[in-house]
Amino acid sequence: MSLFFIAALPFLGALLPGLMNSAGRSACAGVTFTVSLAAFLGLLTNLPAVLAGELVTARVDWMPSLGLNFTLMLDGLGFFFAMLILGIGLLIIAYARQYLSRNDNMGEFFTYLLLFQGAMVGIVLSDNILLLLIFWELTSLSSFLLIGYWKHLPEGRQGARMALTVTGMGGLAMVGGMLILGQIVGSYDLSVILQNRELIQESPLYVPALILILLGCFTKSAQFPFHFWLPHAMAAPTPVSAYLHSATMVKAGIFLMARMWPVLSGTPEWFVIVTTAGLVTMVLGAVIALFKHDLKALLAFSTVSHLGLITMLLGTGTAFGALAATFHILNHATFKAALFMSAGIIDHEAHTRDIRRLGGLRKLMPVTFVIATLAALSMAGIPLLNGFLSKEMMLEEANHTVLFGIPWLVPVMATVGSLFSAAYCFRLIGHVFLGPVRDDYPAKPHDPPAGMWLPPAILVVLVVVIGVAPFLVQSFVFLVADAVVGDAAKIETKYIKIWHGLVPALFMSIIAVVGGLLLMAIFKPLSRGWEAAPRPEAKVIFEAIVEAAASLAQRLTFALHNGAFTRYALIGTIAIVLAGLHAWSTGTVGPATRVMQPIGAVPLAGWLMLVVATGALVFFHRNRFLALILIGIVGLMVSVGFVYFSAPDLAMTQFTVEVVTIILLLLALNFLPKHTPVESSTVRRLRDGVVAAVGGLATFALAYHYLLRDAITTPISEFHLANSYKGGGGTNVVNVILVDFRGFDTYGEIIVLGIAALLIYALTETLLNGPVRARLLNRKPDQARAGDMHPMMMVVLTRVIMPVVLIVGFYIFLRGHNEPGGGFIAGLIVSIAVVMQYMASGFAWASARLRYPYHGIIGAGVLIAGLTGIGSWFVGKPFLTSDFTYVRIPPFEKFELATAALFDLGVFLAVVGAVMLSLESFSRLARRAHVEDSEFPMDIDPSRDDPPDGSGPAREGG
Amino acid sequence: MEFLVASAIGILTAGGIYLVLRLRTFPVILGISLLTYAVNVFLFASGRLTIGAPPVLRDGIETYTDPLPQALVLTAIVISFGMTAVVVMIGLGAFLGSNDDHVDDVPDIDTDADQTGGRS
Repeated sequence: MSLFFIAALPFLGALLPGLMNSAGRSACAGVTFTVSLAAFLGLLTNLPAVLAGELVTARVDWMPSLGLNFTLMLDGLGFFFAMLILGIGLLIIAYARQYLSRNDNMGEFFTYLLLFQGAMVGIVLSDNILLLLIFWELTSLSSFLLIGYWKHLPEGRQGARMALTVTGMGGLAMVGGMLILGQIVGSYDLSVILQNRELIQESPLYVPALILILLGCFTKSAQFPFHFWLPHAMAAPTPVSAYLHSATMVKAGIFLMARMWPVLSGTPEWFVIVTTAGLVTMVLGAVIALFKHDLKALLAFSTVSHLGLITMLLGTGTAFGALAATFHILNHATFKAALFMSAGIIDHEAHTRDIRRLGGLRKLMPVTFVIATLAALSMAGIPLLNGFLSKEMMLEEANHTVLFGIPWLVPVMATVGSLFSAAYCFRLIGHVFLGPVRDDYPAKPHDPPAGMWLPPAILVVLVVVIGVAPFLVQSFVFLVADAVVGDAAKIETKYIKIWHGLVPALFMSIIAVVGGLLLMAIFKPLSRGWEAAPRPEAKVIFEAIVEAAASLAQRLTFALHNGAFTRYALIGTIAIVLAGLHAWSTGTVGPATRVMQPIGAVPLAGWLMLVVATGALVFFHRNRFLALILIGIVGLMVSVGFVYFSAPDLAMTQFTVEVVTIILLLLALNFLPKHTPVESSTVRRLRDGVVAAVGGLATFALAYHYLLRDAITTPISEFHLANSYKGGGGTNVVNVILVDFRGFDTYGEIIVLGIAALLIYALTETLLNGPVRARLLNRKPDQARAGDMHPMMMVVLTRVIMPVVLIVGFYIFLRGHNEPGGGFIAGLIVSIAVVMQYMASGFAWASARLRYPYHGIIGAGVLIAGLTGIGSWFVGKPFLTSDFTYVRIPPFEKFELATAALFDLGVFLAVVGAVMLSLESFSRLARRAHVEDSEFPMDIDPSRDDPPDGSGPAREGG
Repeated sequence: MEFLVASAIGILTAGGIYLVLRLRTFPVILGISLLTYAVNVFLFASGRLTIGAPPVLRDGIETYTDPLPQALVLTAIVISFGMTAVVVMIGLGAFLGSNDDHVDDVPDIDTDADQTGGRS
């Protein structure tokens, strides 16, 4: 089966348990089992190729420019891990079917489990390290979901969060490490990286990459000092613990160390870091495990200890170490999964996992007793069980390892670790199963149904078979170990033997077992001493660190981001000025290449008006009406400036926008206070003034600097000027750029404009349907109303002007392609014409005559522009390619027809709709405020039949 | 002439920054409008200043001003209208909802003594 299928099956299958949830628990577990089984069988179809030493690969280019390709490969190591993941996964699924109670959502559980399984398989099959990182993060996420599966338990949630934090941070470090590695080699393909041992180890970036990658591995595999998350993850349902902590999640770090072994190992840095971490973890985990009363906590720390053992073996950097590590991975997976499942059975049947409340279970649960005892004895290193074999190899390797120049250090530590390991295994057997039968179990224990004990039993059979007849798996283990070491080393050992003769390792084993029994004998006083001794609690430390980081972040954020807009503005301004200053002082300043143009009297006068108006605006801004007039002057002067500097289109746009902006601000000012009170202190105003002056000076300097210098490269505008007529069919280059060269920009811009208008509409609706509505209805105008709200002269004049303005707008629109004008300007002009009707004749009167809603006009505009662009697809051209032709219809002159005009029509409509929708929304607020609203255009209408009653005009229409 | 334009940009910016640093919505909106002018003129001026040579092609004329900044600024002007309208609407909505047009939503802990005055 293709590797893609094997990796994808669990992910695709993850959809099924959720769907099958209502079909019953067996169906749900069954479909999950089938999916896993299919992947497992698919994997086995690749066995012959792997055994023959071939490298099975599958490749799809994903983002080749980034070096990220979907490349999978299967060698001995990958096969070994995939087999563990899928094989033990099958047993776990069968076990979980019995374990989970009726209250647990089984579909959810199996979905998470399959997601996790897929991510794990992805890690071990990846041939691209970027792809590997993606799967790596997926395991962190899916294990978070699995560990926190019992959402009602606070320990479950905390444990899940801690696991995610620790492994997630490690994952982040590893991203960095992998990227460095990829940079060194120049490829992200694992198969290429593995060929470049010398290149990587000679690189100055080797040590940073190594440390970052090891951080990822150590956090994932719970190595000291990151071991603390694993015991807390035990709050998960037992099938999860059995799966994650025997064969999969925590082995991911080990897998990666093994995978990278050929290129990263063998250096002093690797040796010291990995061996030390492994050794410390092994001893520490074993010692803590002995004194844990919770069965799963004991197993958790024993897992930590065994992971340390494997890490230490990989750290030694010898081929024999790698072989021993590989073998122990297999053995540990079998006996530890069996032990976890046994612990789950005990918890399930006796309703407690507290060792102090158990004992004597051998009579009540004989099957479980046999399974757990065999697995525990294997873990203790008793001969004829598989744990003994790999532990002997470990002790043998420890004997040849010299750390920090002290020859006895590693052997003694390894023996101490084994001793405690044996002790907690004996404790597990002795305190749970042996001893007298008690009568105070929380529930009456008995053996579970076969579905629950069969999975661990299968594993225990493996434990015994491998222990008695290691030659059965020998060739496979050698194959995997060969894949681990690659070309970097050669495995000298030929056989895995039970009996090596009277070698030191045997004596160390005997010391460990005898010492373990002795420790058991004095366990009670030892335990009391342990309880009394002070020791750091990892959870407290972890939470303190998280707390400290959170409060630091909070303080920093609050200092910069405290809800005061002025502070952001201030910080932003100062930061921009400082950045500019830095660029200015570090860059080079070329000499001026342009001469200053002479200053005429008229421009000077305009400049003076602009400066005075700006100054006055700043000084008189508290009087808001006056401020509006002043900003109008500023806008007008800017428009005039555009005229003067050869930008007629800009001038027209600026001018018309100025009109609608002022109307908009006036509408807003209807509600807002008319004056700004004095609130800031003089010091504060002085400070703001200084900041403003510095900001202004900086902008001046920058503008003045570049105005006197030519662009360093030729602007692309030459192209636009040269092709405007030939290619775009228009002589107004600005318009041709808008509707043709950069039509896609314009298209986006009219969409943004439309969204802004809709946003305003939506905000108005919200306001009018919320508590503000009542306030608006009861609002008293804070200023005297005009005596004549709709003066007759103005009504008549605007009506007369309307067609004229529309004709002007039409003319401006049509000529836009060749003369200053176009859709934007025409849209603004027409909007002004319509707004004038609203102003003169009243909202009700104007709305009643509105034939098309403004949303529709915006939509039509965007649609027309878009369809024009799409139209070019039909002739096989890219989006928004324009075309034009000249036609002559007698008796008219020859004129041009361009698709760009159609696009410009879309722009026109969108602008009209957006401007009108915004202004109309503001007016609607005002309309609620004035309850009286005439449907007549004029308050005094000579032609109206009803004579005015003299007291209140416009009442009749109400 | 370059000096006039550059100084106008600088003055508009300074006025804009000062007004943006005020405490009420309306002056802040005015300040943003001034900054908009400054930015638009600044962008426009990146085409350098040319007098009497609009980018409308005519027979026999060879020099034209740079049309590209003009096209970009034209849409910028229209978009800035839309943005101003949205900001005004948000400010207005906030004022109508809370009868308060301050821009600073400072919680209890406030180190700037002068910000506490005049709030009701």
